[in-house]
Amino acid sequence: MKPFEYVAAGSLAEAVSHLDSAGPAARPLAGGTDLLPQMRYFRAHPPLVVDVKRIPELRQLSCVGEGLHIGAAVPLADIAAHPDVTRLYPAIAYSCSLVGSVQIRSRATLGGNLCNAAPSADTVPGLICLGAHAVVTGPAGRREIPVEEFNTDPGKTVLGTGELLVEVVVPPPPDRSAVSYLRFTPRQEMDIAVTGVASLLKFSEGGMVYQARIVMAAVGPTHLRARRAEGVLEGQRPTAELVSRAAEEAAGECQPISDVRASADYRRHLVGVLAGRTLLKSAEAQGIRV
Amino acid sequence: MSSRFIGERLARVDAPDRVTGRAVYAADISLSGMLHGRVLRSPHAHAYIKKIDATRALALEGVKAVVTAADFPALKKGGVIARGEVELNLDHIRQVALAHGKVLYHGHAVAAVAATDPHIAEDALELIEVEYEPLLAVLDPEEAMKEDAPLVHPEQRTRTRDGTLDRPSNIAATYNVSRGDVEEGFQVADVVVEHTFRTRTVHQGYLEPMAAVARADPGGRITVWASTQGNFSLRSQLASVLELNSSQVKVVPVEIGGGFGGKLNSVLELPAVLLARRTGRPVKLVMSREEVLRATYPAPATAITVKAGATADGRLTAVKMRAVFDAGAFPIAPVVAAYLTSLAPYKIPHICLEGYEVVTNHPKIGALRAPGAPQGAFAVEGQMDLLAEKLDIDSLELRRRNATQEGEPMPVGRAFNRIGLQPLLERVAAHPSWTTPLKGPHRGRGLAVAFWPGAVMPSSCNLTLQDDGSFSLVVGSVDLTGTRTTMLQVAAQELGVHPSKISVSVGDTDSVGHTEVSGGSRITYTMSNAVNQACTRMLGLLRERAAAELEVDPQELEYDTGIFSSRVSQDKRLTLTDLGRQSLRRGGPVTATGAVARMQPAPAFSAHVVDVEVDMETGQVKLLNYTAFQDVGRAVNPTQVEGQIQGGAVQGIGWALMEGYQFSESGVLQNANLLDYKTPTATDVPFIDTVILEIPASDGPYGIRGVGETPIIPPLPALANAIHNATGVRIRELPMNPEALFHAMQGRGG
Ligand SMILES: Cc1cc2nc3c(=O)[nH]c(=O)nc-3n(C[C@H](O)[C@H](O)[C@H](O)COP(=O)(O)OP(=O)(O)OC[C@H]3O[C@@H](n4cnc5c(N)ncnc54)[C@H](O)[C@@H]3O)c2cc1C
Repeated sequence: MKPFEYVAAGSLAEAVSHLDSAGPAARPLAGGTDLLPQMRYFRAHPPLVVDVKRIPELRQLSCVGEGLHIGAAVPLADIAAHPDVTRLYPAIAYSCSLVGSVQIRSRATLGGNLCNAAPSADTVPGLICLGAHAVVTGPAGRREIPVEEFNTDPGKTVLGTGELLVEVVVPPPPDRSAVSYLRFTPRQEMDIAVTGVASLLKFSEGGMVYQARIVMAAVGPTHLRARRAEGVLEGQRPTAELVSRAAEEAAGECQPISDVRASADYRRHLVGVLAGRTLLKSAEAQGIRV
Repeated sequence: MSSRFIGERLARVDAPDRVTGRAVYAADISLSGMLHGRVLRSPHAHAYIKKIDATRALALEGVKAVVTAADFPALKKGGVIARGEVELNLDHIRQVALAHGKVLYHGHAVAAVAATDPHIAEDALELIEVEYEPLLAVLDPEEAMKEDAPLVHPEQRTRTRDGTLDRPSNIAATYNVSRGDVEEGFQVADVVVEHTFRTRTVHQGYLEPMAAVARADPGGRITVWASTQGNFSLRSQLASVLELNSSQVKVVPVEIGGGFGGKLNSVLELPAVLLARRTGRPVKLVMSREEVLRATYPAPATAITVKAGATADGRLTAVKMRAVFDAGAFPIAPVVAAYLTSLAPYKIPHICLEGYEVVTNHPKIGALRAPGAPQGAFAVEGQMDLLAEKLDIDSLELRRRNATQEGEPMPVGRAFNRIGLQPLLERVAAHPSWTTPLKGPHRGRGLAVAFWPGAVMPSSCNLTLQDDGSFSLVVGSVDLTGTRTTMLQVAAQELGVHPSKISVSVGDTDSVGHTEVSGGSRITYTMSNAVNQACTRMLGLLRERAAAELEVDPQELEYDTGIFSSRVSQDKRLTLTDLGRQSLRRGGPVTATGAVARMQPAPAFSAHVVDVEVDMETGQVKLLNYTAFQDVGRAVNPTQVEGQIQGGAVQGIGWALMEGYQFSESGVLQNANLLDYKTPTATDVPFIDTVILEIPASDGPYGIRGVGETPIIPPLPALANAIHNATGVRIRELPMNPEALFHAMQGRGG
């Protein structure tokens, strides 16, 4: 590890001014579970590290009328245990509870998971399904970006120099809808998703699929929507046959690579399996047996 | 004397320090003026080192020294140290410590630097300029065996049973061992099966990365604190390479965070000593996990072909094994052990081994808990299940029909002394883990049997009566598994005093007799003999002292729970406290030693039964139930015995389902971290139920047998057998990870 400057910012303005004046190589620090290994082993050498955990806006976790506000520096353990989250957004609670281990979840944040921009990040697919947006502040002021558009490539986000994620806002879940996320790892815990798939199904009163969202993890440069698969489902009555057609379509839409963790073929196959299973799970959560 | 402490579940004496973080490991040692070292490692799997220029590194502020292989004393060819049953080649040890002329694997140590802090040392590595001339890397053992293959060691000639061959070869040794005539055996067989089983290089996976601190005194004396399984073996290695007397090297014990055979050979100590000598200051070297995985001593990849024949009524007639072991950069691989251990459970009239030990541009392999045995059993126990299937005989029944017993010859060497395989299999046959029907789809049950002969190596201890009647026991063995606690139990038993009156510690190499490595499942077996001896001698000496003090005949005294008393007159008695005090006035302090060199081996068998459920769509294997049966001779401390069995099983489960080195085409390890080199966590394994049998060993005190190694063996074949039972697919290549099983189920592998 190379020497670096460390500051703990007490306010948004302070954080932005530090990051802005140090230039693009400066890095915010939340739980550090991605950043510190990168600095130790993968030759990331930020000259300045700005700890954002003391900024009040980043520590808020609240569920008010217009949705769920998750401060960027709230530990995943707190999110997974929050009664409103477990009640209204069980898929988010679940995906937060998958990350790492008890120790990791007590440090790691949802903001860090998003800003690290790993295509395997577990909390992101559910957020995209629910249409969450990111609230960002920076030298040019505040802006909002859909989570779906936040990451642009592995390790790359839309954030500009001096910009900081403040919170993620998740709208209230639509009526008659359910979200579920499944990931595949060879090891139960302390592992990285070989593939993950989240789905949202919203049903019409008559039990037809009104809206479908399918988001795939670790099978492309960023999380990917399986839009053709969504199209297969929308407007249809959910049947086992329809679900497996959609799953197959999703497998065709992913863009996996082969690496030390899995071959592209196997990842594509897993997308089909997980898409099928998560769709059934989402349907079941709405009491619809396929 | 009644068995008061043998068989007790005493809590480990080292547990409080370990769980509270007070235990001191090598990396915790900090000496005044100490420097921090780092090792420069090869970016090539195979290359000549043309030039090493450290000028720029030495110019960096804070850098105190850079050393290379040129700093060793001139190499004398052929130096070996006998270490129990294995020979250590000094030339190989020093070449692993620092490459000499050639780098032989990616990550091979090339130079070491010492600086005032570890970050400066790290930065200095980039300033050492090394000019390499890359060579073709030799990576596939089967390819490496071909005559036109590039050579890892151009001067190497193949050792064979009949002498050394003429032409250079990557085959370091061939092994041809047989009994009977296998061809004859196959002729009388009704069924013959033949398949090849492959395993990958795996790592011991000890939690504590290797670390060493060295101090060199101006007078030439060297002191080392190291993460090692053998303080004396390390001393011998250092003294021999550095051409010192053994007594000029002192190894100071520290706690060790696991070894499993991976910490028998020196790695960091030699560069640390060279740096300490050069700078006149103590030097600490600590490996990262990446270095541990790339450049220590993993277990070998193997390809083992087993041809096995049996009669229609399930009697084995012949087994032929062809085994190719990837020894890595230097020779020595447990080829014969694979054969010996995997065939040991069965009476087979005709057996033979054709074995090859092949060097490649992979890290030099080392021991891993029952070295060679898991790979051998993966092949043989797999074939046993296949035979059972073809013969339509229950797989346990087939093993019972062929199970060996006392008096039968081992595949190599003597006949078995007392062993417990047959009663062990009877226990399995009657146990619910085997008799309860397995319900539910895609579920399967697997069984495998395993054997480990156990090693015997020298052990020493000193027992001293202190001034207040308490005892100090100093043992020479590194405590990997709780052996201080078991030796405490032995001493308490023999001295007839409460364990709280005895302290047990590991001595440094100056303070106790030569004690070989903690390995080979042998510390409890052999050290208990030494401790037993020391206690007997101690009580003999104290009887003399008491008799002199009480002015009675020694034979008149009886000893019970810390008190010598006269059988004749009740008032003539002395306690240990009396004797401790008295020893300072007359006769002097009392010390007794115990020392053991040879004993008969105490071989041990185990059998594991596992139930799995396979996700047919993903290939994920879930373990439902796991039961490990083992004949342990005598469980001195049942909790520790269970811990050994459970730990071994978990390690074997990891080897079976997850672990394996993935090398690139240029020989670079692709998964040099614990995310991608996967070992199981607590959530991946069920509770490992243990069933302990106690069939006393022929030799040694209490009937103890070695326990630690056998349990890593059966999980590999037991899981393959269970997966086959669940899916109909037979996997013959490890690891059986989800993707591999998925492809096999698709008919594309296996
Ligand atoms: C052992 C282990 C297991 C893991 N398991 C999983 C897993 O199962 N699933 C999974 O998805 N991940 C896993 N991870 C990765 C990691 O824990 C998560 O991505 C975590 O959510 C990161 O959060 P953090 O607060 O630690 O981020 P940090 O490391 O602090 O930051 C991560 C990145 O985001 C940037 N950043 C942080 N906060 C902000 C902000 N407010 N604005 C702008 N940029 C910011 C940082 O500069 C850095 O680039 C694991 C990591 C480890 C070490």
